[in-house]
Amino acid sequence: MSLSTDDVRHVARLARLALTDDEVQALRGQLSDILAYAEKVGEVATANVPPTSHPYPLRNVWRDDEPRPSLPPAEAVAAAPAAQDGRFSVPRIIGEPV
Amino acid sequence: MSTTTALEQATRFEAVIGLEIHVQLATRTKMFCSCAIDFGGEPNTRTCPVCLGQPGTLPVVNRRAVEYAIRLGLALGCQIAPSSQFHRKNYFYPDMPKNYQISQYDVPICLGGELTVATDAGERRVGITRVHMEEDTGKSLHVLDTTSGVGVDPAEGLRVTRISDADYSLVDYNRAGIPLLEVVSEPDIRTATEAQAYLTELRAIVLALGISDAKLEEGSMRCDANVSLRPVGHTVFGTRAEVKNMNSVRSLGRAITYEIARQTDLLTRGEPVVQETRHWNEATGTTSTLRVKETTEDYRYFPDPDLVPVQPDPAWVDELRASLPQLPAARRARLVESLGLSGQQAAGVVGAGLAPLLDEAVAAGAPAAEAANWLTNEVTAWANERGVEPAAAPLTASHLAELTALVADQTLSKKLARQVLDRVLAGEGPPREVAAARGLAQISDTGELERAVDAAIAADPAAAQRVRDGNRKAVGALVGAVMKATKGQANPALVNELLTGRLTAPDG
Repeated sequence: MSLSTDDVRHVARLARLALTDDEVQALRGQLSDILAYAEKVGEVATANVPPTSHPYPLRNVWRDDEPRPSLPPAEAVAAAPAAQDGRFSVPRIIGEPV
Repeated sequence: MSTTTALEQATRFEAVIGLEIHVQLATRTKMFCSCAIDFGGEPNTRTCPVCLGQPGTLPVVNRRAVEYAIRLGLALGCQIAPSSQFHRKNYFYPDMPKNYQISQYDVPICLGGELTVATDAGERRVGITRVHMEEDTGKSLHVLDTTSGVGVDPAEGLRVTRISDADYSLVDYNRAGIPLLEVVSEPDIRTATEAQAYLTELRAIVLALGISDAKLEEGSMRCDANVSLRPVGHTVFGTRAEVKNMNSVRSLGRAITYEIARQTDLLTRGEPVVQETRHWNEATGTTSTLRVKETTEDYRYFPDPDLVPVQPDPAWVDELRASLPQLPAARRARLVESLGLSGQQAAGVVGAGLAPLLDEAVAAGAPAAEAANWLTNEVTAWANERGVEPAAAPLTASHLAELTALVADQTLSKKLARQVLDRVLAGEGPPREVAAARGLAQISDTGELERAVDAAIAADPAAAQRVRDGNRKAVGALVGAVMKATKGQANPALVNELLTGRLTAPDG
């Protein structure tokens, strides 16, 4: 499958990446190659192989509804680039939230 | 007659409405980590590496949340998926620290149920597309840079503003990760009233199941409405707008009514409806564009590799099915059939969560219909005024039985009983004690009332004469005078009887 330049720009916008025209062209080729590689799987998949999102035969990994201590608030925000009054501080949100 | 008025145009459209309702689950801990769930408190005091999305952490499903999802699914007649899965919904917005929200996509836990709602036009069945599990988001404050000297909110020390005007935002992740169920209806709803009935019924079911406190005002239950119009008789859907931010059943009705009018106006003028998310503004009673909606593909859903499938044991599902409580529809039917309440009374009692109290009061000797009236009128109004659940009223079944007994033996008139109930709700004690302490007992002492009746006749001979002349209605003024003289404590039926006796007696 070959991607159009519009596809690349759309994906870039969703990832909030600013690409130059040269980069769009370069990535168009690279992303198309990756998709072609993944499509190889389609050649061997058969009707009786269900889509598999996990390679492990695991299910129902869950826990009881018992509270455990949370992080001390200072520690919670310690790794944040910026915090104020115990809250994470983030740059102005521009564009539309989705 | 070739001209059509806007109104005639309007009647040629029908609304197609679907609701998406989020229910915050009343578990003790979050969906994927063991942080406690609570309300209020300092920001980021209930967070951990998992709900903060730190690298190397793994989410683990809260089994109780799965149980609650299954319970709701069963109550709505859904199929419980033998295997369901969590997906990542990817987006850039700092209300989730991970840049994605864990949700369910193509294999939700519950599929295909229905809800029957009572409307003015009779019962209506609304299909449930799905119920899925997801995690709640954090709360953002959008603030102005106060170092520039702009006014500061003394409480917060922050100048909070709208997102579009903000210099930066502050995020609290205490709410991030709280389990939510999203209940998606089929587009089977046609009017604002039906939408309100659906929301009310779903809320009653959630409360009966005990899986959420379901408070619309506080956001533990949230309702979004997808509204579109199409010409009557057409089967193809029109372009829809999704309306958010309705925090009461009443707002939902108002928002849908507004949205139908807005779209009708657009279509009547030949203009298109834009597919977008709109924000309901309670103060102005209007909706406005919040954002032009991205398509589902743009969220790039993919299976969360950190979470394995949920495959509830059929025996567990059967056990949950067997332990479902009586649901609101069945409760209403029982109140009508076994206690003889009207449909409206039964709906009021069950809707207010007061069926258990009514049952107990009836067991304590209260007449059902009368007790139901006190509950659906006075007690519900009392709770509404205070913004609390009616069931939280400090009124016991024995109080209610005592109150109805005092009315039955004419110690209290309805009006006095209302005053007594107010005092009982204020915590002054049982009705009999309150009536005695406050001197609110009804005067049924004939001697005392006769004196008051004579005084009233003497004070208004003209009215008395009209009654003697056969004008029965004129007695009202005299009854009023006696009630006033006795500060409302006279037994009105007795006063009426005494007055009529006096004024219609042959030698009166």
